[in-house]
Amino acid sequence: MAKAAESSGEPGTTSPRPLFAGLSDISISQDIPVEGEITIPMRSHIREFDSSTLNESVQNTIMRDLKAVGKKFMHVLYPRKSNTLLRDWDLWGPLILCVTLALMLQRSSVDSEKDGGPQFAEVFVIVWFGAVTITLNSKLLGGNISFFQSLCVLGYCILPLTVAMLVCRLVLLAEQGPINFMVRLFVVIVMFTWSIVASTAFLADSQPPNRKALAIYPVFLFYFVISWMILTFTPQ
Amino acid sequence: MAAADELAFHEFEEASNLLAETPDAVTTSGSGQLTPQGHVAVAVDSGGSYGAEEEVEESDKTALLQEKQQPGFWTFGYYQSFFDVDTCQVLDRIRGSLLPRPGHNFVRHRLRNRPDLYGPFWICATLAFVLAVTGNLTLVLAQRRDPSIHYSPQFHKVTVAGITIYCYVWLVPLALWGFLQWRKRVRERVGPYTFLETVCVYGYSLFVFIPTVVLWLIPVPWLQWLFGALALALSAASLVFTLWPVVREDTRLVAAVLLSTVVLLHALLATGCKPLPLEPLAPPPQATSLPLNLLPPPTPRSQVT
Repeated sequence: MAKAAESSGEPGTTSPRPLFAGLSDISISQDIPVEGEITIPMRSHIREFDSSTLNESVQNTIMRDLKAVGKKFMHVLYPRKSNTLLRDWDLWGPLILCVTLALMLQRSSVDSEKDGGPQFAEVFVIVWFGAVTITLNSKLLGGNISFFQSLCVLGYCILPLTVAMLVCRLVLLAEQGPINFMVRLFVVIVMFTWSIVASTAFLADSQPPNRKALAIYPVFLFYFVISWMILTFTPQ
Repeated sequence: MAAADELAFHEFEEASNLLAETPDAVTTSGSGQLTPQGHVAVAVDSGGSYGAEEEVEESDKTALLQEKQQPGFWTFGYYQSFFDVDTCQVLDRIRGSLLPRPGHNFVRHRLRNRPDLYGPFWICATLAFVLAVTGNLTLVLAQRRDPSIHYSPQFHKVTVAGITIYCYVWLVPLALWGFLQWRKRVRERVGPYTFLETVCVYGYSLFVFIPTVVLWLIPVPWLQWLFGALALALSAASLVFTLWPVVREDTRLVAAVLLSTVVLLHALLATGCKPLPLEPLAPPPQATSLPLNLLPPPTPRSQVT
């Protein structure tokens, strides 16, 4: 009696098979090891957006914005069809460019109020109201670009003309003459074409195809006026 | 329009007048395909035709079904309806204003009672900037010939030119429209034009001045007068041919006065744009009072044109 009880308590022996003897043969644990942590996996880079930009240093904030502006400058200088300017629009770049351009175009002499070149405020107003008018025109014609995206693109595409202004001011330090004028004319024409090509690459797709020319012509006029202001600039 | 109307049957004239009164109606059914926007842009050869009846009208789908629902004055869609033009339509209208023909009413034939604000606005802007640029260039060229003239980029010209031209294109059509509305009771059949159609006619008629102003850079006086006369003739003819069917039924005196006032105002604008001959003055301080090629700014130093 005791012998039979003992033999039933031991599975897998050579004695006749007990009730749950084959359980150990179902060796799940040998084929597929069940291992690992039973914890919620932590994401390795959690950025706490809600509080960290307030706590970070000023240098970080400024550098981040400057990098974004610089990236867009690169997109303008090498225009190809991309959405970067449209997706992450910002108005810092246009502001910097407009202020630089207006400062350089400002006439220095005080006596020629009536017959001189544009003042700082005039350039500022022309650039911003020109950009707003072109944006309104584009939207009224049925374009599917938002107001600030269009302002952003138009403002950033002034970059080649600002570079042209810098070059013109440097060239004007040399002695005046027809060669001087020819160099300035050439530089302004090249930069004007560059601006038009850059802005067309970004803006043309937002208009229906039978109205593209109607939307591009005001852009052409806008940059033509700015180029004219740059070309006729004479230091007093 | 006068000769063709005398030859036409009475019912055709009724039809065109009916069209004038209800611009949304469709007169003929051409084989126009509806684009997704519901417009048909068909280039029509309108040489010697009877008038509006034989041309294929733009069959607007909504006009067929109901009266077009005008959006409210404060919504964006209201203003969007004034910019509902395609590139080819704008170019067609510009061509129509450059070549006015006696039988062809600009409003009926080119605008087809669908005025737009794109053309007038940007033509005026272009004209203002071209005036300022060529004024500057005139000074540069003059300085080349005579180094005593003091050169300066006269930037205030842009402001003056812009304000003058925009006021002309808005206030004169307003006065004209008001006058025609006031005289409406005299005319039985032909309805007057809407305000926007008048603005449109005036705006497109200014287009011919843009190449003229550029051509005025050539410093040959008789050539400048020739170009000026040609531009004024084309522009005023376009206006007169458009207004003639409306004032024809009025008394002769009123019609003559109205048309001559229109032409006179137009001539004033043209004269204001024309560059005056620059006289070389020897001492530089006096050179700043050179006659500018625009209406002179109200300073005591400037010469009166």
